[in-house]
Amino acid sequence: MTTTHHLHLAVALDGAGWHPAAWREPGARPGELLTAGYWADLVARAESGLLDFVTIEDALALQSTGPNRHDDRVDQVRGRLDAVLIASRVAPLTRHIGLVPTATTTHTEPFHVSKAIATLDFVSEGRAGWRAQLSKPLENPHFGRRQVPTLPEPGPDGGLPSPDEIATVFADAFAEAEDFVTVVRRLWDSWEDDAEIRDAATERFIDREKLHPVDFAGRWFSVRGPSIVPRPPQGQPLVTALGHASVPYRFGARTADVVYITPRDAGQAGAAVEEIRAEQRAAGRADETVHVFGDLVVVLGATASAAEGRRGRLDGRLGAEYTGDAPVFTGTAAQLADTLIELSEAGLTGFRLRPAVLPDDLDTVVDALVPELRRRGAFRDAYRADTLRGLLGLPRPANRYAATAR
Amino acid sequence: MSEARKQIILGAYVGGVNHHTVWSDPKAGSQIAFSTFRHVARTAERGRFDFFFLAEGLALRERGGRIFDQDIVGRPDTLPVLAALAAVTEHLGLVGTLNATFNEPYELARQLASLDHLSGGRAGWNVVTSFDAFTGRNFRRGGFLDREDRYVRAQEFLAVARRLWDSWPTDAIAAERDEGAFLRQKDAGSFDFTGRQFDIAGRFSTPRSPQGHPVILQAGVSPQGRDFAAGGADAVFSPYHRLAEAQEFYRDIHARAARQGRPPGSVKVLPSASFVLGDTAAQAEERHRDVLLRQISGQTAQILLESVWNRDLSGYDPDGPLPDVDPDPTGPRVIQGRAVLHQDPFATVAEWRELAAARGYSLRDLAIHAFGRTEFVGTPAQVADRIDAFVQQDGSDGFILGSHLVPSGLDEFVDQVVPLLQERGSLRTDYGGRTLRDNLGLPAPADGTLAA
Repeated sequence: MTTTHHLHLAVALDGAGWHPAAWREPGARPGELLTAGYWADLVARAESGLLDFVTIEDALALQSTGPNRHDDRVDQVRGRLDAVLIASRVAPLTRHIGLVPTATTTHTEPFHVSKAIATLDFVSEGRAGWRAQLSKPLENPHFGRRQVPTLPEPGPDGGLPSPDEIATVFADAFAEAEDFVTVVRRLWDSWEDDAEIRDAATERFIDREKLHPVDFAGRWFSVRGPSIVPRPPQGQPLVTALGHASVPYRFGARTADVVYITPRDAGQAGAAVEEIRAEQRAAGRADETVHVFGDLVVVLGATASAAEGRRGRLDGRLGAEYTGDAPVFTGTAAQLADTLIELSEAGLTGFRLRPAVLPDDLDTVVDALVPELRRRGAFRDAYRADTLRGLLGLPRPANRYAATAR
Repeated sequence: MSEARKQIILGAYVGGVNHHTVWSDPKAGSQIAFSTFRHVARTAERGRFDFFFLAEGLALRERGGRIFDQDIVGRPDTLPVLAALAAVTEHLGLVGTLNATFNEPYELARQLASLDHLSGGRAGWNVVTSFDAFTGRNFRRGGFLDREDRYVRAQEFLAVARRLWDSWPTDAIAAERDEGAFLRQKDAGSFDFTGRQFDIAGRFSTPRSPQGHPVILQAGVSPQGRDFAAGGADAVFSPYHRLAEAQEFYRDIHARAARQGRPPGSVKVLPSASFVLGDTAAQAEERHRDVLLRQISGQTAQILLESVWNRDLSGYDPDGPLPDVDPDPTGPRVIQGRAVLHQDPFATVAEWRELAAARGYSLRDLAIHAFGRTEFVGTPAQVADRIDAFVQQDGSDGFILGSHLVPSGLDEFVDQVVPLLQERGSLRTDYGGRTLRDNLGLPAPADGTLAA
């Protein structure tokens, strides 16, 4: 165990928490999920633990148990707010923590997403990120503009199709998403940092030589640019992507600053990291820092049996053992610290913890996990950077157009 | 006072992407930093304004194929700024212009519903459409609308948005822990819509927001536009600032609204306006002249006239006579990415030539005359008088106000004019309502009913 290597910690916020029965816990606030106060409290709590960032889940659909169509359930949280706007709403109330909303890439406009995240970077003064996410098939009829493949139906056991099956069906959609991120990133660079000159003598507000069309033309769309929004404070806000198989790993390695994987164990985590590093090199990004974070759902307790008890109560209400795309960790903060450090030795540089219950498991992350990691020399004791990129040790990148324009 | 005075509605805009904003003023601040928007919004709330208003533009303007560089260029995205302002204000409405051509109803309706939730019921939407292919080049859907289709698109877009907002009953979320009932009904959010522009169905992601529907604003001058606005909007922008024609517009909008079955008072009429104050009338006039000269430089004058001539006028001396050529309305557009200002450029130019000859105007003088209007110039008492009289005489229901100086220009209005309006009983001294709709005195939309 190294004592000088700090882990990065993010928390994934979604509704009342990741366990479908979370909203029925005594500490949950199921009647407030659509209020600003709820989200402001959660993000402030995460910031009090000096976490790197929060992510906010989103989709252009109602929540559902399957990816192809909506279910008729009334016993789980249904209904959500736009994640970019939640992040914008809490930005002025926080000072250090990164804000990483999800925005989808299938039915949306790169121009809109680019200016929205750039503006989040302005209103948060350099703390914006984005989780780029493909739309699920059930979102298609909400737009009616294009046919996107649906996934194979769940098998007899009711489980999801395998990650590889999903990735194959979505291979084109991932290629399109890569174009999407490319356009978003180019638009962020379409103004050079010093484009605004306010030169009264020559009556020029900008030096237009420092604004650049992005002139992207690809298989799915073309976008001209430049953006209407000047280059954001971080230059390039953080781009993140979740993957469970080779195709999305490649997407993440080619486009993202942080790739989330769902590590079953250290061996599988190490193999995924290697695959991502190879794709990173193949994409010519060997010199860039690409973090690989492990995603874990966490059910925490003061003792192992207390954690098991909580898990049992939640699963009892669900009527089944909860499983999702990410492994579920059940135990104490100290046990979780052990697990994170073990996984980090396989090459993971950080973790995105998905609290099973909000705010309960977030509270335990802040009150118990963070001090535990800090005791082991594995977590910061103060925020020491002004931007999200800075917290993650990422430089403010040079503008791609500035390098070639002169 | 025996009769209650009409309450003046006030909105505040941040001067943006046009020549009105004097960026060269030493006191001018950032056009992009959040602190600018926070300052204007908080100042407006201090002055008990109804709402803050943010405009939109989806492509940088170009002149002769090159990006404009002489006045404000660049702006933030509308919705994230409004959501962030919800965190630093408590009562102020948050209204944004959002385009119905380059958005999809599902996405935009959920963003507006989200803003309404996150602001506790303060969201408003100024519905606009684009019909220029120039802007379309920034979008994957590309293309553009035929000019005559823009109201069809806007009307259908709005109808879909209303159906989505109405797809959740107010009490849909039970959140009954013990019974395990989160929703009261299994089909909350179900919708379908088939029309010329949209053919969609499914489940809307976002439960009904505090206002039910955000407040809808629209502009409309043509008969079709007036009918559209009077039939569906909560507030209509008025382009008229002279009392007689403003009153005519006001009466016409009300008559059209009544014909479409809307109760009296359900459509507000709001012109935008700017102001220049002074301790004396003469000082205000002097300040105004100075502002005009800074707003409309020689180069800006050329560009403003190009928007009518549709010719490159950079070779004409701003201090010389008007260009001696005819307008070229059918030629390739010299100015791209801004609204077309004049329907008949030949008539406009003929009128201007006459005026310039009569008054000895140079090209720049004419541009200042034609484009340099500041609606309220005077002492605080004079400006308060004029605003109040205009509203009490049904020229409008209020004004959307902005200053040439960003972000601090609104301060003196709030410090000096607002108290006078409050003394007269024409402006609230504190907010009475919980939502923007309440504060504007608008009826709540019926729960779960579809707008025609």
